[in-house]
Amino acid sequence: MLAGVLDALLLQSGYNAALVGIGAGLLGAAAGASGTFLFLRKRALVSDAVAHATLPGIGLAFIVMALLGGDGRNLIGLLAGSAISAFAGLLIVEWIARRTRLSEDVAIGAVLSVFFGFGIVLLTVIQTMSRGKQAGLEGFLLGATAGMLFQDAVVIAIGGAICVTLVILLRRPMTLVAFDPDYAAASGRDVRLIDLAMMMLVLTVTVIGLKLVGLILIVALLIIPPVAARFWTERTDRVVLAAGVIGGVSGYVGAALSAAAPGIPTGPIIVLVCFAVFVASLLFAPGRGVLAAIIRHQRFQIRVHRRQGLLALAHGEPIYDPLTIAVLRRARMIRKDRVATDLGRAQAAKTLRDEKRWEIARQVYTDEAISGRYDGLTPIEAVLTRDEIADLDRRIGGPAMVAGA
Amino acid sequence: MSAAAIELATDHGETVETAIGADVPLAVQGLTVSYGDKPVVFSVDATFPAGSMTAIIGPNGAGKSSLLKAVLGIVPKLSGSVTVFGKPFETARRRIAYVPQRASVDWDFPTRVIDVVMMGLYRDLGLLRLVRPRHRERALDSLDRVGMADFADRQIGQLSGGQQQRVFLARALTQGADLFLLDEPFAGVDAATEKAIITVLKALKEDNRTVVCVHHDLATVTDYFDRVMLINVRKFAEGPVASAFSAETLQATYGGRLAATHIDQLDLVSA
Repeated sequence: MLAGVLDALLLQSGYNAALVGIGAGLLGAAAGASGTFLFLRKRALVSDAVAHATLPGIGLAFIVMALLGGDGRNLIGLLAGSAISAFAGLLIVEWIARRTRLSEDVAIGAVLSVFFGFGIVLLTVIQTMSRGKQAGLEGFLLGATAGMLFQDAVVIAIGGAICVTLVILLRRPMTLVAFDPDYAAASGRDVRLIDLAMMMLVLTVTVIGLKLVGLILIVALLIIPPVAARFWTERTDRVVLAAGVIGGVSGYVGAALSAAAPGIPTGPIIVLVCFAVFVASLLFAPGRGVLAAIIRHQRFQIRVHRRQGLLALAHGEPIYDPLTIAVLRRARMIRKDRVATDLGRAQAAKTLRDEKRWEIARQVYTDEAISGRYDGLTPIEAVLTRDEIADLDRRIGGPAMVAGA
Repeated sequence: MSAAAIELATDHGETVETAIGADVPLAVQGLTVSYGDKPVVFSVDATFPAGSMTAIIGPNGAGKSSLLKAVLGIVPKLSGSVTVFGKPFETARRRIAYVPQRASVDWDFPTRVIDVVMMGLYRDLGLLRLVRPRHRERALDSLDRVGMADFADRQIGQLSGGQQQRVFLARALTQGADLFLLDEPFAGVDAATEKAIITVLKALKEDNRTVVCVHHDLATVTDYFDRVMLINVRKFAEGPVASAFSAETLQATYGGRLAATHIDQLDLVSA
């Protein structure tokens, strides 16, 4: 199994597996980069409506092509049909959200289910047609398991290139509209047009991904990479880039895994790989990750307890809180019998002096930029200059005696 | 040019655009805005002279923000026209900078302070031009003017409300505009920010730029502004603070919603 995966990753598993790997990588990269703007615009679910709205187009395209005497399975024809009906679904969502009192989530729900239902009816009708038996259109639901043709890879490559070009061209307007649509409109941007361009990106990704991942799962490729990428950076351009990389790597690795274990469909595996990257980001990303947040909170808690403990020592008060005792013990500021060490007494005196300085500083400096910084933890050295502190000390008077010193 | 003169000019067959001189930064005629079939701004005329600082005052829901948004084309106008430096709004848009309400955006957006300020340069940069050091310097200079230069590389989510407001103002400054439209720039900001913003706005005025602010704090109107416009769906008064900002006009605008004692506390020039 492992050797198989390695072979697939190194494109050594044969022509078809290599084709699937490259195609899935390109698709993932295009989907991740395009999906980022949708995610930042907080309209991720519109992609779900668009994806489900492709189905009736596929069915109708097959029927039309078959009735005209051609091959109903012509890929370009089917994709063109899917694009047209997805665009119709998109327009209906926009129209409902804009022109009626209904909100966008309702519009998405309605369009998604109605278009999908209609599509399933069409597929059933096609099953009963004489030429429909081997149509294999169900493959568009969850992606084909039988691999790819060269033609499929070309479609993904061209569509992916269009998406990447559009992302580069429209990155500024799309960022502006996602962050501050009112400002964008005020500076003369056509917000509706830019939103439409964003949706055309999504539509393109959906259509080129139909054969490989299927219309039900393509949404995952559009949404999960940007969400995972967001954990790692605070800059829009880097989120786009990281989402493209995460999508691309997930597609490639997912394809390799499914190539090594025949019978496992490619699309779902890619989505699961994507999800694994998301979980890893959620847990381990510095800054926004869950573990980083827990560690940050604990460090903060220790600082608070340490300060409280030192002030208690300075005032000669007993300490009962077990965490405070543990913190001071670990810092070697108190002995086992809770009596302050030399270090503890020195630190306590220093803390008390800091409190006194703050007390005076908050009377002297009415400016919020200084007095507003008092939170019981920030040392005054971080806010005032040495001269200013010396001035405060003159007001306090001689060094205070600390109990127990 | 006064409203009467415009009327005279239009009566004689001139179009409004030619009637208003290029020296008038902003003129609004018969502006009506509605949400559904309820007008929130009804047939408002107003002129904002060059180098003036005007506060748009009125009760909550009086259509102050809607007026600004309609002027800027963010919400559709039901009727009326907007003239900027003697030209139709669309052609003179470059000379306007807008500062939206702080609460109108998501501050957890993945972007840094400098990136937001740089958005003021997007029109100059176009779609493809790369950001050069001189662009960055222009943005940093704007940040410096609002006292936020040290925060350039911070993520915007780490800023306080007042700092966010100053970043929005810096973005507008970067555009190098002649007409500044601000929506509640002093709402919920700290004292340091209020001081920083008013200093910048007064400097703009000294530089013969024109400033229009939707404003809610009646107590600071006399100190901060030289002109007021009082609206509550309709316009109730417009002109220099000394004459237009009186107990009578306030009472007319706010109706029963402003207690007489409150008006007494304002240090008004009696009409």
